[in-house]
Amino acid sequence: MPKLLIEKNVPGSNAFALPPCDLNMSPLEDSIPSQFLRQDAPRIPELSEVEAVRHYTELSHRAYGVDDGLYPLGSCTMKYNPKINEWAARLPGFAHVHPYQPARTVQGCLQLMSETEKMLCEIAGMDRFTLQPAAGAHGEMTGAMIIKAYHTHHQDHKRTKMLIPDSAHGTNPATTNVVGYKVVELKSNADGLIDLDDLRAKMDDEVAGLMLTNPNTLGLFEKDIDEIAKIVHGGGGLLYYDGANLNAIMGVARPGDMGFDIVHVNLHKTFSTPHGGGGPGSGPVGVKAFLADYLPMPLIKKEGEEYSLDYDRPLSIGRVRSFYGNFGVIVKAYAYILALGSEGIRDACEQAVLNANYLRIKLRDDYHIPFDRLCKHEFVATSRKQMEESHISTLDIAKRLMDYGYHPPTVYFPLIVKEALMVEPTETESRERLDDFIAAMQNIAQESRKTPDIVLSAPHSTVIKRIDEVQAARNPIVRW
Amino acid sequence: MRYTPNSATVVRKMLQDIGLGSMAELYADIPDALKLSRPLQLGDGLTEMSLRGHLKTMAARNISVEDMPCFLGAGAYDHYIPAVLEQMLQRSEFYTAYTPYQPEISQGILQSIFEYQSLICELTGMEVANASMYDGASALAEAGIIACSVTRKLRVIVSETIHPEYLQTMKTYAKSGHMEIVTAPAKDGVTDAEALLPLIDGQIAALVVQQPNFFGNLEEIGRLEQAVHAQKGMLIMAVDPISLGILKSPAEWGVDIVAGEGQSLGNPLSFGGPYLGFMAVSEKNMRKMPGRIVGQSLDSDGKRSFVLTLQAREQHIRREKANSNICSNEALNALTASIYLTVIGPQGLRKIALRSHQLALYARDNLLKRGFKIKYDQPFFREFIVSCPDPAAINEKLLQHGIIGGYELQDGLMLAFTEKRTQSEIDRLIAVLGGELHA
Amino acid sequence: MKIQEGLYYSVEHEWLRVEDDKAYVGITDFAQQHLGDIVFVELPELDEAVEAGGQIGVIESVKAVSSMFSPVSGTIIEVNEELENAPELLNEDPYGQHIAVIKMNNTADLDGLLNETQYSELCEKEEQGGE
Repeated sequence: MPKLLIEKNVPGSNAFALPPCDLNMSPLEDSIPSQFLRQDAPRIPELSEVEAVRHYTELSHRAYGVDDGLYPLGSCTMKYNPKINEWAARLPGFAHVHPYQPARTVQGCLQLMSETEKMLCEIAGMDRFTLQPAAGAHGEMTGAMIIKAYHTHHQDHKRTKMLIPDSAHGTNPATTNVVGYKVVELKSNADGLIDLDDLRAKMDDEVAGLMLTNPNTLGLFEKDIDEIAKIVHGGGGLLYYDGANLNAIMGVARPGDMGFDIVHVNLHKTFSTPHGGGGPGSGPVGVKAFLADYLPMPLIKKEGEEYSLDYDRPLSIGRVRSFYGNFGVIVKAYAYILALGSEGIRDACEQAVLNANYLRIKLRDDYHIPFDRLCKHEFVATSRKQMEESHISTLDIAKRLMDYGYHPPTVYFPLIVKEALMVEPTETESRERLDDFIAAMQNIAQESRKTPDIVLSAPHSTVIKRIDEVQAARNPIVRW
Repeated sequence: MRYTPNSATVVRKMLQDIGLGSMAELYADIPDALKLSRPLQLGDGLTEMSLRGHLKTMAARNISVEDMPCFLGAGAYDHYIPAVLEQMLQRSEFYTAYTPYQPEISQGILQSIFEYQSLICELTGMEVANASMYDGASALAEAGIIACSVTRKLRVIVSETIHPEYLQTMKTYAKSGHMEIVTAPAKDGVTDAEALLPLIDGQIAALVVQQPNFFGNLEEIGRLEQAVHAQKGMLIMAVDPISLGILKSPAEWGVDIVAGEGQSLGNPLSFGGPYLGFMAVSEKNMRKMPGRIVGQSLDSDGKRSFVLTLQAREQHIRREKANSNICSNEALNALTASIYLTVIGPQGLRKIALRSHQLALYARDNLLKRGFKIKYDQPFFREFIVSCPDPAAINEKLLQHGIIGGYELQDGLMLAFTEKRTQSEIDRLIAVLGGELHA
Repeated sequence: MKIQEGLYYSVEHEWLRVEDDKAYVGITDFAQQHLGDIVFVELPELDEAVEAGGQIGVIESVKAVSSMFSPVSGTIIEVNEELENAPELLNEDPYGQHIAVIKMNNTADLDGLLNETQYSELCEKEEQGGE
């Protein structure tokens, strides 16, 4: 049981010091009146350097990353994070550059951002990209703001609704509310795709747009996307592409060619930048030329061989954050795209789809797969069989998987599938790893029949057992 | 270079195994008309060696603060980053992990966030902090939204002395219609209380101030706090965490929501990101706060353990009723902040704040001695503005002398000082400013 | 699942006990079962005017959140403050714990509500639809 930092406090143990300095200082109160000064020092724990290092090393032993093994979290694209990218982002010429330095001292940064923008345009089939949004959800907000700005600019004030499929990520409806639109939910049909009749019925002159993930969260390609685009555009709406699942089509098909007007991509999913235990991510937003004026400012401008930041964008939605984006993340995505090149990008996509289908077919005898047909980079299974046999839920299977050394898949999402278990292996898993995972899943299915208790009481091998989440939420303890 | 482990032979076998003849069949569900009929035009993939060379060349086109002393601040600061940070942050259990959805194998990440939340509470004096947000600007914008939701009013008054990019970000978020931004003017480099007080009426959801403000000046918050609370509005304060080593905490000012930029806690400048936004509130507003929150609980054996909690606030559960769509946090940057504070310790934080400020005072006093005008005569911390007609020209001159100058304002140059600066660097800065050094 | 006699029910799974012009409002056993362990209840404010169908509170469980809608219009004259510190009471005794008391200003609102037989049918239908 590791102690908390504060429990390791040893007064006098911290030896951090600053170099000597000959400044002759007057009392602080002479320059800062006492009403601005702090009376009680913050209670920051005092540790020696070696104890600090051991503390964080111990915490790292109690975490699980892609480098530890298969991480089949559906919708999260937990692919390998190449090490050269980490090196690149730490180059002093990238890591130690101030955002307000004169443009001529940051030409390398601006060039890197400009080239990243061009490559993203090519991959997504868009005309311009902003790299400013800090995450996928932030990109969604930016995109929805652009939709709003477009309609407002065209004096089309009636449009207050956004169409969102019932299989969508929670961020889509939340984004819709955050930008001040109303959500109109679209039903999925029996095939797990958008119900075109429902779309036709709901598309009217109050609809600002449709937010769509393609392939959708079931891992299924919306094959009627052409017709969907016609209906939405025909009704005066715009089509937004949630790029969470771009890994499934990159190099094969492009949102821009399917009729999408706006897209966000997740550099931390599709383009291999690490998730960092929850962030930082990066969610660039691309648009077709007719929407470029609304992008956040600044954009990067190239005149001759000179790069600069262009703030002269009167129709821009403004800023969605300070500075220009999560530059350190962008460096890693840039390195990744360059390393793979055209062929590598397509190869990554194909192998991701192959791995997902391989798992789906190998698992179908033991697990119920509600939409058991060609999938893209992920698929959804459920615990229906195990539930019927021995009341074993998706949560139990997820917990048991940890005993086999895996991070569990995404659970209970999408919401339209009961007891969903959403599996996304990514392209960076070898056949051997996949076979081991299949064997573990088969074992769990067998245990569920023969020795269900071992599954119901899992995990057994982790540093803690299942947690009382109800108490955590009823009587929150959120600090020491 | 490719990172896919399966060879062409293995791929063929796998395809066979699942009854497919080719990779193309994997895309049978995409109509041909929608397929890209050509290869992407991204060029050939690079080997790691070529990539390394390319990136090195590109990075070398920039001047970094390792090459030259830097007097730029304005929301991003060149503080020293102890060596422990780089080493610990390369532990890939941290950086290659996802959001800790599965607590049993994520205790390390969860505990680090719990400790980060605690440290932010200690610094700010507040009761509850979240697991971090994108950056200071977006955290402040979301703080405004919370205030509107809690007070059920729309008007957020923002002092013009806050960082201009924070204000721009708030204005963008306000296009939602969930808040209205009204700006309050500045006078002599601080919020003009005489102009502001009449704006505070029953319509106010919140007042937003920054301490120290964008210009480095200290804001007298006492009267404003009373006026806002008398109208049942909320006081929102943006703060710099290093300054909290010596400056009065937001809680001591009576603040309801704190939001700020956490970059200066060990995060490299990195051309503007990734940084982290921190947010802390009083306990009664805990369930209104956006973002992840880690809580302590017990496992079934009674062991202390940590878990993402209060999730009913969040987008994946609340969906179209959520006030924020934030999903990720800046966990690795928050971890950076925690490690940084652990390494420098309580005295270190105070020393860093003091040294930065002392160097700024030294610079100001010497500039005054040489006849320069300091734009505002206000108490300040770490950063101040020296008046000059053409700051861009001065910055260019400084660059020629191997110095990254200050932040350019219309009629002045804002100079920031951290503990990394030395007396001799400042002497050189002043010599160039004073025309004593020629190119 | 329990359905109590002598109460009015809404399609949003609230119950109403009427005493003269006062209506006690709570959530049904069906509602608490579907929410799971309730961890927090956001109560309406005293003296607040409410419309029939307007939101009067929010109920949170670990993995779900649900808005409470007022089945009738009127004014909030009492809230059950006990729930602030013990939200689990709604799980333990849903019909014994009201969330608020509303002084009704239009008793015709009651005409649109369900009786226990109608509500029981609604629950059955929803149980099946949810599969």
